[in-house]
Amino acid sequence: MKEILKDLNKAFENKVRLGIMSALMVNEHLNFNRLKELLNVTDGNLASHLKSLEKSGYVAFTKEFLNRKPNTKYHITPSGQQAFKKHIKAIERLLK
Amino acid sequence: MNKEKYVEDLRDIKAIMNKSSRFISLSGLSGIFAGVIALVGLYAAYNVVYQNQDYLAYRKAVITYESLSLLLVIALLTIALAVGFGIYFTTRKAKKEGEVLWDSQSERLVVNLLVPLFTGGVLCLILLLKGFIGLVAPLTLIFYGLALVNASKYTLKEVRSLGILEIILGLLAMQFIGYGLLFWAIGFGGLHIIYGIVMQQKYGS
Repeated sequence: MKEILKDLNKAFENKVRLGIMSALMVNEHLNFNRLKELLNVTDGNLASHLKSLEKSGYVAFTKEFLNRKPNTKYHITPSGQQAFKKHIKAIERLLK
Repeated sequence: MNKEKYVEDLRDIKAIMNKSSRFISLSGLSGIFAGVIALVGLYAAYNVVYQNQDYLAYRKAVITYESLSLLLVIALLTIALAVGFGIYFTTRKAKKEGEVLWDSQSERLVVNLLVPLFTGGVLCLILLLKGFIGLVAPLTLIFYGLALVNASKYTLKEVRSLGILEIILGLLAMQFIGYGLLFWAIGFGGLHIIYGIVMQQKYGS
């Protein structure tokens, strides 16, 4: 039991962060607005959770210009993928 | 230890993965309409192919250059109407659900649908011009099925089953060449209508 609990990642306890990671797992990249409408959260809320995932090194972004408007595209990092898979596995073992 | 929370987490993860990677606003009504339009188009084509022939005698599919161009017009009209209604109903459904119609998901869906479809279309056109009329019906069904299976990764999973059924039907049609119009009626008419009704009941309009 202790072993499993250790694999559960604190970073993914929060619903919004869990949602961000889920969406980025199955998409090459998503921009800020798409994430926002997908998770149905406010700008500020999403930004702060994205920032915390960035800090953990799970999510990264690239900035580009689309019709002269800045467009920030977020993607999951390899370590983010690994961490998220580990987290899901831990949940599944827990529920067995 | 709160198991409930983690059950809910898993459900959320699945829902978001689905919602973010699959285009789910495909309308069942568009399937029903496509099926009905296909049947009307096929009825028209049937009359062109078997025109001026005695009902009692053995009837032969006659395709002259005139009737060929007429058939192509019927085919294009049928496709345009079916696709047009499909886009109309799907737009309506997307709007009702507050989803955007044209985003990266629908783009992926359309591209993955079009690659096998376009390949099959060009191949059939070449065969048609070389006189292999009998191969066209089975091959269109097979390529349409392959296109659906290919695109099903990006939309509702039922599209995959529809694709597999179309492929099987196409292979059967290849075995029973000469019944092309009948197989078309089943594949493009019947299956679409059934699929549309099932989707309508499952997901609403």
